[in-house]
Amino acid sequence: MRLSDLPKGASAVVERVEDAHPNDPIAQRLRDLGFVTGENVRLVARGPIGKDPLLIQIGSTRFALRRSEAERVSVTVQEKVA
Amino acid sequence: MSAGTLRIALVGNPNCGKTALFNQLTGARQKVANYAGVTVERKEGRFTAPSGRVLQILDLPGTYSFDAVSPDEQITRNVLEGNYPGEEAPELIVCVADATNLRLHLRFVLEVKRLGRPVVLALNMMDTARRRGIHIDVEQLQQRLGLPVVETIAVKRGGARALIERVDSEVPVAAPAQPDDAESRAGLHVQVREILAATVNMPRQTAALDDALDRWALHPVFGLAILAVVMFMVFQAVYSFGKPMSDAIGDGFDWLGAHLAIWLPAGPIQGLLKDGICTGLGTVLGFLPEILVLFFFILTLEETGYLPRAAFLLDRMMLSVGLTGRSFIPLLSSFACAIPGIMGTRSIQDPRDRLTTILVAPLMTCSARLPVYALLIGAFIPMHRVMGIFNLQGLVLFALYVAGILGAMAVGWVIKRMRRDQSEHALLMELPSYRLPQPRDVVIGLYERGAIFLKRLTGVILALTVIMWAISTFPSAPAGATGPAIDYSIAGYLGRGLQYIFAPLGFNWQISLSLIPAFAARETAVAALATVYAVGGNAEAGGLAHALTANFSLPSALSLLVWFAFAPQCMSTLAVIRRETNSWRNVAISFSYMFVVAYAASLITYQVARFFL
Repeated sequence: MRLSDLPKGASAVVERVEDAHPNDPIAQRLRDLGFVTGENVRLVARGPIGKDPLLIQIGSTRFALRRSEAERVSVTVQEKVA
Repeated sequence: MSAGTLRIALVGNPNCGKTALFNQLTGARQKVANYAGVTVERKEGRFTAPSGRVLQILDLPGTYSFDAVSPDEQITRNVLEGNYPGEEAPELIVCVADATNLRLHLRFVLEVKRLGRPVVLALNMMDTARRRGIHIDVEQLQQRLGLPVVETIAVKRGGARALIERVDSEVPVAAPAQPDDAESRAGLHVQVREILAATVNMPRQTAALDDALDRWALHPVFGLAILAVVMFMVFQAVYSFGKPMSDAIGDGFDWLGAHLAIWLPAGPIQGLLKDGICTGLGTVLGFLPEILVLFFFILTLEETGYLPRAAFLLDRMMLSVGLTGRSFIPLLSSFACAIPGIMGTRSIQDPRDRLTTILVAPLMTCSARLPVYALLIGAFIPMHRVMGIFNLQGLVLFALYVAGILGAMAVGWVIKRMRRDQSEHALLMELPSYRLPQPRDVVIGLYERGAIFLKRLTGVILALTVIMWAISTFPSAPAGATGPAIDYSIAGYLGRGLQYIFAPLGFNWQISLSLIPAFAARETAVAALATVYAVGGNAEAGGLAHALTANFSLPSALSLLVWFAFAPQCMSTLAVIRRETNSWRNVAISFSYMFVVAYAASLITYQVARFFL
């Protein structure tokens, strides 16, 4: 599943970040910011127009990612913890 | 330690409290400039340590990683490596990390360490970390990292004492430099995870307060409502505090000019001082209060962490016209005045997004257009009621504001299509924790903005004002001349020359002439028209309005209104574009596209209006 398809409030574990094209600087930056295999992410909020951008929490940090950026991240959804 | 100087560079992730720490260390003893050839800010400060040694601190731009994306990050890397031309390599690197966000920040610490230079780690925001029950085993962290670690609280008096003591003692031994390749970079995260597991105990990933506030601030409906209220208050403040002060400064210089006129004999000297220098200084300094009020709010909102939230809410909307969420605040500021708006684009890290924002900012209806609009609308548009509730004059004014916004959207869209670089530029924006703004940081920020404006622009604007004064004064009217003096000046000839260009827009030579001083400052168009129509210097607006209705037609008036909505004015704005983008090419682009748009729009307005009216 793509990070961009995650429902609001859901948690997931990052599988990997895929390059949209060779030497994709945005994918590289996502990896530098901590989107690496095994990290927990959570979709905190979505923008008011077209549900874009997405607010993703990874560790203690919240990043706003546009949908097209979040599409590069594949994740596995976790059972929702109450 | 012996006396001498030690060059220290301060680095860290954005939002690690690095600038607050820098302000705490150096206070007002800072020098702000740009790195040569680019518009990235270079901040340096110094203070004397207890040992008598002078510590010279360079505050480098916030960076997430050395895989540099933006010019800021490239500079940080080059300076740290000692590869930046004209910049000596620092003798000691102080790496600042937010103790509440070590998962993200430690990775950069490890990257800095690999440079093989002496590094001290400052664990900042230790007070917040303790409050949130985060426990950090500093001793263990120090061992695992192989770096000296000190705790700091940048926002508390004395909160940097441990850091000062550490940097004032011996410079730590550098770890051996390590190669920087993709494989070893990927390993950094693994290292961070191991270190965190061994040293940090976090009861909760985020601050409960942030979560609660964000539920409201980022809510699709309430979030936008809150943003609207915040923006409305900022705008009101600019008008109710900034504008009267600006007007008072303008009046003050007029008064000074009038008094000079009494003391000095009439002649070129008096004219130069009164109409050139006083008017020019009045114009320049008149911008200052509005700039300061606006930046007070921008800095405060930035400090609290709200600004990135506003950008989050509006990003999608701005993206569709080739901008970014971060463009919103500078563009909104441009409704007061494009100058602080353009200066405010410094908060946009991406150079392409920043340039687009700078190019469209002057299309926002700034407050200097209002006197011209008020005069023309008052003179030519009847006070009709439309559909019982709307006032026709108000509707025309509203239409002019909308024209500016639509124009900006169209231009943004066109730039998006035309630019060579069609690649995707990321938003990837961190939403930091909410914080109480620190008065010291806001005051220092305001001082810097004010100083930049005065130091860098006064000269240019003053020179241009004096040139304007000279061409509208010389040569003086011949003896026995009947028309106003400006008629015989270089500006007069230019005005008549310009008339050939502007005749298709319905501008007579008087209007064409008034466009020349309007280039210095839009509002002076009113005064210039008063002069050429010889209504006298202190003409009541009513008298001038009367003279205008007698001398030109409604289509001409509409055409002129449209011209003012889009025309490349004023020269202060062009000067600030030059300053902020460091390029005359951008000034030329901005001048010519606005000229073309204004000309085309006025031409259509005039020809259509003539056909129907």
